[in-house]
Amino acid sequence: MMRRLILVLALIFAALPALAAIAPDEIMSDPALEARARGITKQLRCLVCQNQSIDDSNAPLARDLRLLVRERLKAGDGDDAAIAYVVARYGDFVLLRPPIKATTWLLWFGPAVILLGGVVFLWLRVRRPKVAPAAPAPLDPEEEKKLAALMGESQPKAGP
Amino acid sequence: MRLRFVVPAFLFVLLGAGFVYALVAIQSGKKDPSAVPSALIGKPAPEFALPAPQGFSAGLSAADLKGKVTILNVFASWCPPCHVEHPLLLDLAKEATNGGFQLVGLNWKDKDEKLAAWFKEAGNPFARIGADPDNRVGIDFGVYGAPETFIIDRDAKIVYRYAGPLTQELLRDEIRPLLAKLKK
Repeated sequence: MMRRLILVLALIFAALPALAAIAPDEIMSDPALEARARGITKQLRCLVCQNQSIDDSNAPLARDLRLLVRERLKAGDGDDAAIAYVVARYGDFVLLRPPIKATTWLLWFGPAVILLGGVVFLWLRVRRPKVAPAAPAPLDPEEEKKLAALMGESQPKAGP
Repeated sequence: MRLRFVVPAFLFVLLGAGFVYALVAIQSGKKDPSAVPSALIGKPAPEFALPAPQGFSAGLSAADLKGKVTILNVFASWCPPCHVEHPLLLDLAKEATNGGFQLVGLNWKDKDEKLAAWFKEAGNPFARIGADPDNRVGIDFGVYGAPETFIIDRDAKIVYRYAGPLTQELLRDEIRPLLAKLKK
């Protein structure tokens, strides 16, 4: 029973790569070009679902873009040129890995800056010399007297 | 000493105000966090030439955009929000002559006969329609869904894009003022 379950699970996981949305009629006859096309479409965001690549997505628009990328490659475009073709129409947002440029510095380096800020803050906090608590003000004569009286009362009498 | 409480309290109120603002803006439809900005704003409209769908006379090509302010609406008969915004497009069509613009349609990934059946019943707001069944021109416009609405100036430059169904508020606050500005 257990072994059978494991076998079923293993088969399901083995089939996962086949879940890519690409349909048989989209695949190019040239395996080298097809491999390049897969590489490119894995980097491009599907604008309909927004968190899947067009390689993964079943959306009709993703299929259109997969076919477009393959067409660009067939027309002799390099990988970068094919990506640039899509970016020119849909903007940087289609890149699942946003480019590093002035407008994305906050995105790329923001977390590191915040972390660094936290470390600096903590370091300054820990290093600050501890101020010894101020000594209590000395008692004035009246208080001295009160204290003496109290002490006198509670002191056990010495000797029988 | 009191600063220790005032500063965090102030920051907290600021954060809260930010959240409330974002929630209200999203709820009222002013802000759509999943909207994708168009990469084509300020760029010339792409070159294209599309035939009219069967049953319609005037197709749409890049040459039709020159010398006129154009509202280009990307639509399809299979798209429910397109049906929702359709009455607003019919309203806009009536304003076209006085407003100095033309209203044209890009029939996106649609079937000619389905479109013809719909418009026979609901009316055709467009002066020209280009049929784009395989999304060739749609991709060149950076279209990622229907409906989308572009505004293109006299020099065939794209000045505005809205993704989603048009609303009265959008027409009042953004589109009509922009058209008035472009008319000058």
